[in-house]
Amino acid sequence: MSIVDETWQWFRAPEQWTGASGIPSRLLEHLGYTGLTVAVSALIAIPIGLWVGHTGRLRGLAVVLSGALRALPTLGVLTYVVLLSGLGLTPITVALTVLAIPPLLAGTYAGLEAVDRATIDAARGMGMSEWQVLTKVEIPLALPLIVGGLRSATLQVVATATVAAYVGLGGLGRFIIDGIALRDDPRMVGGSIAVVVLALVLDALFVLLQKAATPSRAPKVPSRP
Amino acid sequence: MSWLSANRDYVLDLALTHLWLSVLPVVIGFVLAVPVGWYASRHPRLRGPLLGAGGILYTIPSLPLFVILPPIIGTGYLDPLNVVIALSAYAVALMVRSAADGFTSVSPSVLDSSTASGYSSLQRAFRVELPLAGPVLLAGLRVVTVSTVSLVSVGALIGVNSLGSLFTDGFRRDFTTEIVVGVVGIVIIALVLDGLLVLIGRLALPWAATARTARSAS
Repeated sequence: MSIVDETWQWFRAPEQWTGASGIPSRLLEHLGYTGLTVAVSALIAIPIGLWVGHTGRLRGLAVVLSGALRALPTLGVLTYVVLLSGLGLTPITVALTVLAIPPLLAGTYAGLEAVDRATIDAARGMGMSEWQVLTKVEIPLALPLIVGGLRSATLQVVATATVAAYVGLGGLGRFIIDGIALRDDPRMVGGSIAVVVLALVLDALFVLLQKAATPSRAPKVPSRP
Repeated sequence: MSWLSANRDYVLDLALTHLWLSVLPVVIGFVLAVPVGWYASRHPRLRGPLLGAGGILYTIPSLPLFVILPPIIGTGYLDPLNVVIALSAYAVALMVRSAADGFTSVSPSVLDSSTASGYSSLQRAFRVELPLAGPVLLAGLRVVTVSTVSLVSVGALIGVNSLGSLFTDGFRRDFTTEIVVGVVGIVIIALVLDGLLVLIGRLALPWAATARTARSAS
């Protein structure tokens, strides 16, 4: 029997659809980690990004920091954190949160920077306070790029949470890591397909969200190189 | 540090493999993406679908892609080729966007005047468009290179050796030094390759030295 048939059989087996190690509960776990870490990272990164983008201060630092974090291998960070602080959900969640901050930070300050200076000057000229300029002009205009940052952060967490199954996290990555360890090919291919489908569905949802966040009468912003 | 000096050959060997597994996909990705990006910039109707396909490809997480590839292309599960092909696909997906943006940024009047001065379309592509798109291509290449170097390490989970093997081995043996050596090694490789690209850019595109740093290719 080919691996395609075996994987199909794996998906069809009833035990895959019930219990704590079935696909639905693994999917919920995966969504749970992703939602939690993206939410916490957003609470940290978006205010900082707004401040950097609005004031223009520490921009260089934000660029270097988000660039340097991109170079860090996630598997190395995860194994290191777990060895240092022991197995458990908290250290892994903290690591996932830290890794989700750079794309959010970059999306937020890039979004604010892309707002036309003339628009901001006009808002100031109309007598808006700095707070009003930020909340009524800059954030609405930057929203598509901020949502774009949320999108990259979410997809990155989905991917990193998969890898984190190696250091003991639950979620869909369990099927892949256990499948590799047990040389159970249908399980690891099936788990991989589940992660890919999850990533594509989340990405499609964010495309819709980004469309909804784009102000309908906004002038066309040239695409950033 | 005594671990490092005792295992220097082992670590160097892994670092060389890691370098090889990173450079190959970046080169393949660049060579494939530049013509596709050029084509997309000249045919605006194809631009959306081509970039969209790249975006979808890039959405697929690396570990699942490493696992799904062997049944599709008929390689063995431990074959390093899986990692090279998967990372080349990511590199193409990221680079096509930079290439399309880079070639689109070349002003049409420059294209017209080069045609008027007798360049054939092939000559124009290589001698006018490619150099002028260079800074944007380079910015894209730098992002691709850094992320590829870091992604190679995930291959260790499917048994493809690289500096990432130090993570899995260190984790199994509860030995943090080994993991730190791996992280530092990977960051050094990323920085060296990035520095090399900047240097190549300075030499090949001397007019672009100032414009380049401000650009983020997110």
